[in-house]
Amino acid sequence: MFYREAGQYKTSYQADQALFPILQDQIGIFLILAIAFILVPLTASDFVIDSVLTPIMIFSLAAIGLNLLTGYTGLLSLGTGGFMGVGAFACYKLSTFFPGINIIVLVVCSGFFAAAAGILFGLPSLRIKGFYLAVATLASQFFLSWCFIRIPWLYNYNVSASIEVPARTLFGIQVTGPNATPVTRYLIVLTIVAVMTLLASNLIRGRIGRTWMAVRDMDIAAELIGIKLYPTKLLAFAVSSFYCGVAGALLVFLWLGNAESESFSINQSFLVLFMVIIGGLGSLTGSFFGAALIIGLPILLRMGRTAFDISVTSATLEHINFITLGILIVFFLIVEPNGLARLWQIGKQKLRVWPFPY
Amino acid sequence: MHLLYQIFIDPFVQMGSAPDLLVQTLWEGLVAGVLYALIALGFVLIFKASGVFNFAQGIMVVFSALTLVGLYEHGVPAFLALAITVGVMFVLALAVERFVLRPLVNQAEIILFMATFGLTYILIGAGEMIFGGDPKVMITDQLLLPTGSYTIKMLGGFVQMQKIDIAAAIIASLMVASLAVFFQKTRVGRALRAVADSHRAALSVGISLEYIWVTVWFAAGIVALATGIMWGARSNVSFALEIIALKALPVLILGGFTSIPGAIIGGVIIGVGEKLGEFYWGPLFGSGIESWLAYVIALVFLLFRPQGLFGERIIERI
Amino acid sequence: MRAPSGPDVAVGDVLLSVENVSLSFGGVKAVSDVSFDIRKGEIRAIIGPNGAGKTSMLNIINGFYQPQQGRINFKGETRSKMRPHDAAYGGIARTFQNVALFRGMTVLDNIMAGRTLKMHKNFFWQLLRFGPALTEEVEHRHRVEQIIDFLKIQEIRRTPVGRLPYGLQKRVELGRALATEPDLLLLDEPMAGMNIEEKEDMSRFVLDVNDHYGTTIALIEHDMGVVMDLSDRVVVLDHGIKIADGTPDEIKTDRGVIDAYLGVAH
Repeated sequence: MFYREAGQYKTSYQADQALFPILQDQIGIFLILAIAFILVPLTASDFVIDSVLTPIMIFSLAAIGLNLLTGYTGLLSLGTGGFMGVGAFACYKLSTFFPGINIIVLVVCSGFFAAAAGILFGLPSLRIKGFYLAVATLASQFFLSWCFIRIPWLYNYNVSASIEVPARTLFGIQVTGPNATPVTRYLIVLTIVAVMTLLASNLIRGRIGRTWMAVRDMDIAAELIGIKLYPTKLLAFAVSSFYCGVAGALLVFLWLGNAESESFSINQSFLVLFMVIIGGLGSLTGSFFGAALIIGLPILLRMGRTAFDISVTSATLEHINFITLGILIVFFLIVEPNGLARLWQIGKQKLRVWPFPY
Repeated sequence: MHLLYQIFIDPFVQMGSAPDLLVQTLWEGLVAGVLYALIALGFVLIFKASGVFNFAQGIMVVFSALTLVGLYEHGVPAFLALAITVGVMFVLALAVERFVLRPLVNQAEIILFMATFGLTYILIGAGEMIFGGDPKVMITDQLLLPTGSYTIKMLGGFVQMQKIDIAAAIIASLMVASLAVFFQKTRVGRALRAVADSHRAALSVGISLEYIWVTVWFAAGIVALATGIMWGARSNVSFALEIIALKALPVLILGGFTSIPGAIIGGVIIGVGEKLGEFYWGPLFGSGIESWLAYVIALVFLLFRPQGLFGERIIERI
Repeated sequence: MRAPSGPDVAVGDVLLSVENVSLSFGGVKAVSDVSFDIRKGEIRAIIGPNGAGKTSMLNIINGFYQPQQGRINFKGETRSKMRPHDAAYGGIARTFQNVALFRGMTVLDNIMAGRTLKMHKNFFWQLLRFGPALTEEVEHRHRVEQIIDFLKIQEIRRTPVGRLPYGLQKRVELGRALATEPDLLLLDEPMAGMNIEEKEDMSRFVLDVNDHYGTTIALIEHDMGVVMDLSDRVVVLDHGIKIADGTPDEIKTDRGVIDAYLGVAH
């Protein structure tokens, strides 16, 4: 009853195909954006902004990237960490060469480097499919991890093989480096993520999204209606890696402040993959849900420890985190393979027919 | 020009000038290959018999070895610890069948594959929590496994072979042979192959899926334990082994996902290729190319033969 | 169902012909030295017992299988091999025996996917969406809605196709094929698994497609009643060889066809 769309008539195809055609959705998204852009910076604590919201935004972007490749195009990839790293290191080198240029521009440009890497490592997808392609993406992951250590030029010959983010300003305000406030960094990340999510949504709703999903569902039939498989797959690799690269650059420049090869290891790839699985393959909102759950889980565990006054070491807590993650993955795959996004849809459906059961 | 020489000529010159080193490297490669093959064998067992690609095979290797050593460190005598560990692997197989496989029966393979990711994380977390994250020493002596090495004079120099490696190669060959016979000749083996083909069809002819799955995961667990012991004997038991276990994937690509002899051949090719590559071409690139060379070898292979060396050609019927 | 004389659509020159085409898989000869043609505007049936090579024939025409021998002549151009892409660009569309729809997408998206070849706005317009890409999308939506009206599937346009009953799925697949505005439409057992009513509906659709859009149709079908009523000419295959070629009346009385396939009334 709350979510009823009866009575909302659309008089043009454009209105019918809009991003949020239902009034309740329009109100909802307006509220969410208002809260995110206005309420949170004014009221939330630095801890919540810096340790919860900002990383959730950043990893949602990476999850969207992986979702475009794995959820929408059906190409399982275990190389996400590597592509995030390409974005991060590219941004670092760019900021070394062009210290004067706007950092946002550099972050976006580093996405292109990641996209190039994505195309390069996506080339095998011409001949290789399924599990085998996943193993090929492992090749890219391990090779890139190796590069991040073995090519000293990438980290400016720093002795510790790590990169340290230089302080940069935007319109006079510190945006990177130790003096940038959490709120500033949060707002920049939020803006970039919001814009890129909108662009991804545009792609998905149009011709390109349909060609990706067609390739995923039945590539033989897709060829038949004129879709060229190889360029479609390469485009998916390119766009997906672009998103992951930007996420990596944001991760380092606007959140961590420093990074090394280990930050972009295979563990990172798995983490983002779990976000996509739990959140829902083939769903943009699912990417946000998945990121929120996986980022939030260790924090919830820690809060639980203080709340219930249980004495366990931080190391043990981390282990419990791992175990819980594993159980969640298996649980979701059994109960709802389409992830949290599907549960959300089911919830909306319940709201639609409430108080009736179906 | 110099670079071309360095890539195409120099390594072979080096090989020729110190043939004993070449043999040593080949031996090391063979040994590593046998161990990769053992891990791959566990994959093949489970895949052949249930159609599930068990990503958690690597962590099962670590987990079983940790259990063994952990029990011994708590005072349990070596062979009793071994027996208990076997029991633990059985319980694990029961749990996996009951809580992971049974609810996911008939689902798409990719879903089962991802479920084994979850299983991996559970085992990593549990393993670290119970046994701690420090590397442990394998109880080689206590298990009456040979230590020490043979030094053979040949080709103008020396080649050293660890006795444990020879033992590993022999044990691995025995395992492969017996498993191959088991699958081909016995009734249970046939049933396993039926299940891999189609869960539904197997059920409809009265094959008990639960029984089959517990059997095969237990068998994979034994293989994992054997691998863990062998590997732990050469270098310590630690979670780093998990990442090395991922190398079994290129082995499977070469050898095919369902071929038991393929696992050995693929393992040897990857092991030897990796060691040769690292030793003779490694210095060109900077060290550590072992971390990705196996995958690139597999990748190149896939480009020419997308179904692997022994895999069946995938024919799509429209 | 329709007058046996004079077709409603003027049948023209040869649109597609296969000449001495042979196809083997390993040791199995699926198609042996088969030649026939399809004229513009006609409805051509390909019939024969199971395993006769009918589906293989269609697969050759739209480029999934490449024959070892023989040539394909389409719209004046002769090729020894047809690629799926050439077929799609040339205006050949196809439906499958086991419905080949995109299961993760809705009915509307499936049919819109059929318009892909006709949509040209590039990547950057797609990113922006607002503007030329959206205009193009709406324009093609019009065309797709016409097809949806024609096939009477308005209520299910937002349903994921995986949830639809078999008969409706086949209709959606026809819609997707129509969306590509094909010159030649290949239908592989479009009536399979349908009851009488569904078959009548589908037959009407096939006839309408041929009448209204002037689309040339080649169909594989086992229901002899449908074949006799719908088709202008029939090719009969058996064990990969062509055993008869002619009008429905001619092949109905052909000795070889009766022996191999039709049988006699008891």
